[in-house]
Amino acid sequence: MLKETKSKKGAFIALACVAVLLALTVVLENVLDPTRNIMLFTVLKKGAVYALVASSMNLLNGFTGLFSLGQAGFMLLGAYAYAMFTIPSAARDSVYYLYGGSAIRFSLPELFGGGAFGLILGVLLALILAGIVAAAVAWLIGLPVLRLKSDYLAIATLGFAEIIRAVFQWDKLGPVTNGANALKSYPTFSSFNIPGGLRLSTFVAFLLAAVCIAVILLLINSSYGRAFKAIREDEVAAEAMGINLARHKRLSFCISSFFAGVGGGLFAMFANQVQAKTFTTALTYEILLIVVIGGIGSISGSCIASFLYVACSEWWLRFLDTEVTLGNGFKLPFLRNGFRMVVFSVIIMVVVLFFRRGIMGDKELTDLFRKRKPKTAAGKEGAK
Amino acid sequence: MKETVLQAEHITMQFGGVVAVNDLSLHVDRGEIVALIGPNGAGKTTAFNCITGVYEPTNGRVSFLGKPMVENYPQGKLAKTYAGEHQGMFKEKLSPTPDHITRLGIARTFQNIRLFGSLTVFDNVLIAKHMRAKQNFLSATFRLNAKEEKRMREEAMALLEEQNLAHLKDEIAGSLPYGLQRRLEIARALATDPKLLLLDEPAAGMNPQETQELTDFIKKIRGEYDLTVFMIEHHMDLVMQISDRIYVLDFGKLIAQGTPEDIQNDPRVIEAYLGVADDVED
Repeated sequence: MLKETKSKKGAFIALACVAVLLALTVVLENVLDPTRNIMLFTVLKKGAVYALVASSMNLLNGFTGLFSLGQAGFMLLGAYAYAMFTIPSAARDSVYYLYGGSAIRFSLPELFGGGAFGLILGVLLALILAGIVAAAVAWLIGLPVLRLKSDYLAIATLGFAEIIRAVFQWDKLGPVTNGANALKSYPTFSSFNIPGGLRLSTFVAFLLAAVCIAVILLLINSSYGRAFKAIREDEVAAEAMGINLARHKRLSFCISSFFAGVGGGLFAMFANQVQAKTFTTALTYEILLIVVIGGIGSISGSCIASFLYVACSEWWLRFLDTEVTLGNGFKLPFLRNGFRMVVFSVIIMVVVLFFRRGIMGDKELTDLFRKRKPKTAAGKEGAK
Repeated sequence: MKETVLQAEHITMQFGGVVAVNDLSLHVDRGEIVALIGPNGAGKTTAFNCITGVYEPTNGRVSFLGKPMVENYPQGKLAKTYAGEHQGMFKEKLSPTPDHITRLGIARTFQNIRLFGSLTVFDNVLIAKHMRAKQNFLSATFRLNAKEEKRMREEAMALLEEQNLAHLKDEIAGSLPYGLQRRLEIARALATDPKLLLLDEPAAGMNPQETQELTDFIKKIRGEYDLTVFMIEHHMDLVMQISDRIYVLDFGKLIAQGTPEDIQNDPRVIEAYLGVADDVED
């Protein structure tokens, strides 16, 4: 009983932290001038999207012990599903100009009557649809693929992601997927900025990601999450404890893909356009890197690492890419386009060397607070 | 008339050309403690794996509480290369997965301990309660199953208290001393509410004092949980002390069965396994 009330208190504190963080994003975006701080807000939005995708990957790789590399494929499915259902009817002809218009003739935000209300409902429904499409495909390919283990599963899912990418660029599917061309003009994060009023784009990104990550956390801490961990620890023992391996693996795979799909939808909102060629294996590796750096089996680790990773690769190291000539005509060595990635790789190697098990290991932020001062079970996981 | 809990009929397990278990028939009655002994490589663990669904036997049938649970007959290529007996006796194929068998009420422990090493003692036991819960993943995620979750936690806690492991509930299972890990593995098996408990070498690696404690422990849980126990064991002290009946396996074949006294005096068993008087202790 004691523990239960304690964890409840912890949950409330975590919730409060998330609320404060969300409020902070609103304040930040409205106090600072977004045109001058483009980088900050890009990093915040992209970080939030990556945090969700990394958490979904962690659910599968870190908590269920299934080493899958199909994340980019599921993101692609989600991004396309989101974009296809939300492009305004008026813009469809110009987006699909090569194929003489779109095969899908409706747009979800318009179905809900347009305006702010229609936008919110339409976007939410499209995001859920994005997740469902990804989960449904995951269920199908899970039937054969989940019989495989470790490396073989990784290879199979990697292959799936590549196939999906090729299929979506197929010319014959043009009226649906727009072939190799980009889908655009759909509602993005910026669509949520109230003209002449509050700017809410970063807030929306954070809110959607936080809600999804909270659901993932709830799942992990439920009975099913424990069953997933049991499978990770020892499949034979888990089965002997009455856990149906096939069912639980499929469940974990589908839920992870659902959130990867939603993450893909959010990625589409962030990037303003969707094109199949962005969802390469390199994207999966980026996400995998975030999961490993954050700590395999730690959702808060994934969240922290995704912001650090995005900030490092997009923002903090930018200065390394510009050539600098000092006043006396001395040109600083190494500084030229592309040098940023060299330094970035070195930083990652150092991080991996010194944090063998990632920044957080398999602990959550709440655990750290609990260890130091047992009386305040505070934490803000899911907040970042 | 005693109720038969577990009945194995003509179990044969063939790996390629090797017949690991050959025509094994045995039965375990309700409330009994039955031991399966034999030299290393005799096929004891293979027999266990056939019963718990880890392997599909090549031929034979296992019934639990009077109902056929596992059944198989040689098919395809094996039908030609089958080296065992009673081919053609069984016509059905029943091969439930291990989790299904656990659900029916058979729990087991493993020869090399298989705890969920990086989880806490409490979680180890709690996971065993997952199987019988009625929740689905949505109700579990959104905490609509609070009552059931609470009941699961209370049952797991009660079990830990009964097994005197309650003070260790927040310890990491993998960090416990060996004897306690064995106890925890049995406690975890008990958490699945079994009718039949299969113990695969529960006393392996234990010193005489720990073995004695285990002996008392097995006797105790049999009474408390209305259990039937079927175990593989090498410690003859333990086996002779608590077994009601003993089966002896050698090279996959059953060479003797009976009460501990019968077994101790059976010349074939002495030759194959027990050895002469002074090294009875294996």
